[in-house]
Amino acid sequence: MTLAATRRKPSLRGDGLGTVLLFLPPALLVFTIFVVLPIGEASWFSLFDWNGYGSPQHFVALRNYVRLLAFVPFRTALLNNLLVIAISLCIQIPVAIGAASLLSGPGRLTVVMRLILFLPYILAEVAAGLIWRFVFDGNFGLVAVAARELGMNAPFMLADPDLARVALMVVVTWKYFGFHMMLVLAGLQGIDPELRQAARMDGATGAQIFRHVTLPLLRPTLRVSVFFAVIGSLQLFDIVMPLTAGGPGNATQTMATFLYNFGITRMKIGFGSAVGVVLFLISATFSIVYNRWVPGER
Amino acid sequence: MLGASLATSLLPRIPARAADSLIRLAHEENGPGSVRLINETVAAFEQGHPGVKVSQLYLENAAYKAKLTTMLQSDDRPDILYSWGRGTLDAQVSAGVLRDVTATVQGWREDFTPVALDAFRIGDKLWGAPFTVSGVGFYCNKALLARAGVDPAHLASFDDLLAAVARFKAAGIVPIAVGGGEKWPLHFYWAMLALRLGGKPAFDDARAGRNGGFAAPVFVEAGRMLQQLGKSGAFQPGFAGAQAPDSYGQFGDGKAAMTLMGSWVMGVQKANAANGQGLSDDAVAYVRFPLVAGGHGTSTDTFGGVNGWAVTRNAPAASLELLHALTSPHYERTMCERNVYLPAVRGMSQYLTSPVLRQVATEIDASSYHLLFLDQTLGPSLGSVVNDVSFALATGDTTPEAGAKQIEDARQAEDM
Repeated sequence: MTLAATRRKPSLRGDGLGTVLLFLPPALLVFTIFVVLPIGEASWFSLFDWNGYGSPQHFVALRNYVRLLAFVPFRTALLNNLLVIAISLCIQIPVAIGAASLLSGPGRLTVVMRLILFLPYILAEVAAGLIWRFVFDGNFGLVAVAARELGMNAPFMLADPDLARVALMVVVTWKYFGFHMMLVLAGLQGIDPELRQAARMDGATGAQIFRHVTLPLLRPTLRVSVFFAVIGSLQLFDIVMPLTAGGPGNATQTMATFLYNFGITRMKIGFGSAVGVVLFLISATFSIVYNRWVPGER
Repeated sequence: MLGASLATSLLPRIPARAADSLIRLAHEENGPGSVRLINETVAAFEQGHPGVKVSQLYLENAAYKAKLTTMLQSDDRPDILYSWGRGTLDAQVSAGVLRDVTATVQGWREDFTPVALDAFRIGDKLWGAPFTVSGVGFYCNKALLARAGVDPAHLASFDDLLAAVARFKAAGIVPIAVGGGEKWPLHFYWAMLALRLGGKPAFDDARAGRNGGFAAPVFVEAGRMLQQLGKSGAFQPGFAGAQAPDSYGQFGDGKAAMTLMGSWVMGVQKANAANGQGLSDDAVAYVRFPLVAGGHGTSTDTFGGVNGWAVTRNAPAASLELLHALTSPHYERTMCERNVYLPAVRGMSQYLTSPVLRQVATEIDASSYHLLFLDQTLGPSLGSVVNDVSFALATGDTTPEAGAKQIEDARQAEDM
């Protein structure tokens, strides 16, 4: 105890303090300038009716928030975000686990398949959005051609609120599924094969091994996967803009596109800041709750 | 940042030599014709002003509008900026970022058509200079009209329009192409219908909040008629998701009989056509927006936009000369000779060689009242609500009463 204390003291004053003084300020400064200050500023701006010119003058207290919560397009945006989260959790991640389990073995074909499934993730979001816009086009798109081949009327997917929402979900799943598959693959490779062999020798079926050995051991990986899926869904912006720009009407707005379309382009910086604050609160609450109450290890 | 500004303020002030002058020109022009003209003008200007350099900052339309607010308040602000006139201009003027150019323009203000110059006038001061006006009307594919048995001369009333839509549909032709997904093309219908119904007084009253503002019966009726048009199947399948360039291409490809658009459509329908050629000028007929029964507007009331340039507060002196070069009779004449845009300067329409464009230019020259695009002149916020409501009316997502009320509520919120 005494030894440890005497050992620690000089290290704090000497190298330890040096390290703190050398490495903490830059990170702290960057974090303060780019995270803390903007959040503080946005919270301040959100109390004003302000078009972005000069300094905010017209104080409106919480009026922006009151309007926001009663505003139908914002509710649509919020619901769309929740829908994306639900699709991510219920379809994207289970499919990623399935694909990863099938493709975890060695062999050239599995490597090629992994690469193909991972490719969409590498593609830039804007490019992906534009490509899919063509695919869904009711005149020239792949979907239209396929529908005509089947003798049906070509649907204009991006012109119908419900179909546009489906289209967005398809693109999001297609785009990010590969990322989750890779996470799960890495997780699978970290599982000692002997554990599965032992289970098999004990007479466990494939399904039982998956349920009682693989899945519990994948828990830390899935925890990260779910975290990324939720935060990614809340940030969803750059795929939506080229694909639908939040339309038709406001059917495919997300909170981020809503912020851009209703805050920035309409020069309602106070209102937009209120959206930003709400988005921040949702993300921060989720992060804290998730990290505190959803344990990674059993 | 503080250190830097402190250092700058402590430095001895050296007057910038003319030879070091750099003029930054920010705009959103990307059409080949207009880009060429700007480049030529800038090159000639640089040649005539040794030592003055002009750098151009191009941003795509939506990006330009979104970035401008921040850009104008930074140290890196452009010296000359592309502007749509009243609306956003008002906000920029009250923020004190623009330069009063009344005295500068004094020398050549008589050159401009009043309609164009008015877009840059606030009170008795001028905050910029226009270089083009545009007019909205129906551009019709003559061949498709003939095939459906529609005579462009008989599109004088809204009922004629509805009858024509029925004829097109019977002939298996898409009546009208519109980039509904972008919403603003649909606000052309709402605005023109309201203009035909109520004329100038309706808009003056609405803006001042008199007689119910934008919830007045005129605007409810305009909404009802737009909804009727939407229900009649006038617009192409999937119009609610189509972008403006999609609709230009469809018209240029001969896949839609008509399009209600600004005069720039003659250029972009060619550029967006699948074959890159589009419709030739003599294959297109221009028709004014029809009158409505019992309306107070006249057929000489026009609707469109004005574009020009504004100068920022601390721009170098040479910027004012460049402003002149970009709006001069010489510039305008070249612009007309090449059929790029309609002129903002008097007497230049005669140089347009495209008969369609000349027809539109003549119409604007003789305009009794030129209503500016509402999504510009009402400001970006209220203007966007007009676009939202126009879209919802055309797709049947709102009622005429609720739509009009939504716009009026937004107008009142602006006044608060």
